[in-house]
Amino acid sequence: MAKITFISHDGTERTLEAKNGMSVMEVAVNNSVPGIDADCGGACACATCHVYVDPAFLAKAGEQQEMEKSMLDFAENVKPNSRLSCQIKVTDELDGLRITTPESQH
Amino acid sequence: MSAGEAKSIVIVGAGQAAAQAVQSLRQGGYTGRITLIGDEPSLPYQRPPLSKAYMKGEFDEERLYFKPSAWYEDQKIEVMLGTHVPRIDRAKQQVQLGHGGHVDYDYLILATGSRPRPLPVPGADLDGLHDLRTLADVERMRPKMIAGRRIVIIGAGYIGLEAAAVARQMDLDVTVIEMAPRVLARVTSPVISEFYAAEHARQGVKILTGITLSHLEGAQGKVAAAILGDGTRLPADIVLSGIGILPNEELARDAGIACSNGILVDRDARTSDPHVFAAGDCAARPLVHYGRSGRLESVHNAIEQGKLAAAAILGQPRPAEDCPWFWSDQYDLKLQIAGLSQGYDTHVIRGDPASRKFAVFYLKNGTLIAVDSVNSPPEFLASKKLIMSGAKLAPASLSDTSTPMKDIAAQAAA
Repeated sequence: MAKITFISHDGTERTLEAKNGMSVMEVAVNNSVPGIDADCGGACACATCHVYVDPAFLAKAGEQQEMEKSMLDFAENVKPNSRLSCQIKVTDELDGLRITTPESQH
Repeated sequence: MSAGEAKSIVIVGAGQAAAQAVQSLRQGGYTGRITLIGDEPSLPYQRPPLSKAYMKGEFDEERLYFKPSAWYEDQKIEVMLGTHVPRIDRAKQQVQLGHGGHVDYDYLILATGSRPRPLPVPGADLDGLHDLRTLADVERMRPKMIAGRRIVIIGAGYIGLEAAAVARQMDLDVTVIEMAPRVLARVTSPVISEFYAAEHARQGVKILTGITLSHLEGAQGKVAAAILGDGTRLPADIVLSGIGILPNEELARDAGIACSNGILVDRDARTSDPHVFAAGDCAARPLVHYGRSGRLESVHNAIEQGKLAAAAILGQPRPAEDCPWFWSDQYDLKLQIAGLSQGYDTHVIRGDPASRKFAVFYLKNGTLIAVDSVNSPPEFLASKKLIMSGAKLAPASLSDTSTPMKDIAAQAAA
């Protein structure tokens, strides 16, 4: 279990309980966190679940695979702490994680 | 009544398009009554994983749901599952329910989806013949997916090949038969067909192309073998039919709504009745980037039309119409497809298929109309934008792997 705080582009914060093994994308979608489309449902096929990860948690969020890196290269407003949220698995280590969602995925 | 003043919106069907329409209606600020009617027993769920990870038993059913059950209560969506709709009465604006009664609508969205094309051969009623479309189909099939058993798959489209990959990974003995001279013949070029046929062969799948199925042979009511047109007998414990789908358009057609291989809709997903919309597999829509109409069987299409219908009903601006896109996971290969390649006159290969990382671009009169990219997201993502802008591209620039895809896209856009 981990508590994850989602911060929308307008500054609204929501803290959610996340079960281990789920992806951060699933936690967001199940709770209607705005700013994430996740059209492909987590197949790393569409690049519409782009988020910004609290830099302090980047290492704990796990290594980026080649597919994700090359997908992110085409997302809008990419930053060094950009990730595709479908590729981050929830673990105990992520307790306290803060995720910022973009205004739009396009 | 003008758009935006609806009090009751009914959605028939509970797949991807329906789930999107419901979400978009609420996100769009609609607070009136929404009734979601589905004939399956489950909440709206994602179908793509059925022929991929879910078939392997890698996760629970709940993880396929677009939204948890609490969301529907929270959003005050009336969900009627396991409910058949035999008829709609357009004059009274009512949807009849199979178990009796009806629901009144101001606007109706038909998201009735599609069904597997029935196998047109003797023996198609035998136990052991499966389709792969619903959760129930997977539940029936999965207990039989045991290492060493023999599965014969009819049809080498995406469903057939994805199922073949999963079955091989579960260590079954897999044979795929295809009537066309090559796999994926209906949807892609010979380059991609040859690559996938070779990959499946390497993984131990037997692929027979250019051959018809004569009939299924049974023993004690159970399928025992597939008999081919040339007399070959393929012993089988399981037969999976994946020969395409048919749009569920009867409900609309019986009500006098215009249909032609799908329920005909305009750019706003509106049918010939201004109070009735259709979205997803069941709808034949304008393909705005291609100057023709057609049905698309895809996640992108279902999501987009769900959004289009919701926006039109609420009188809001039309959401963007994206270039069609698709994906297919087989083994460690991610195929991402942008656009529709039908009618291309030139193809360009970028990268080396032997490296398992390459793309095939399709051009018509010098304009990029589609790409098949294998383990190559940049080619897919860049092409989506290039196709929508109608970019003209020189074949030599596309095949030049020393120039990153991003730069090629930027030059084309300049």
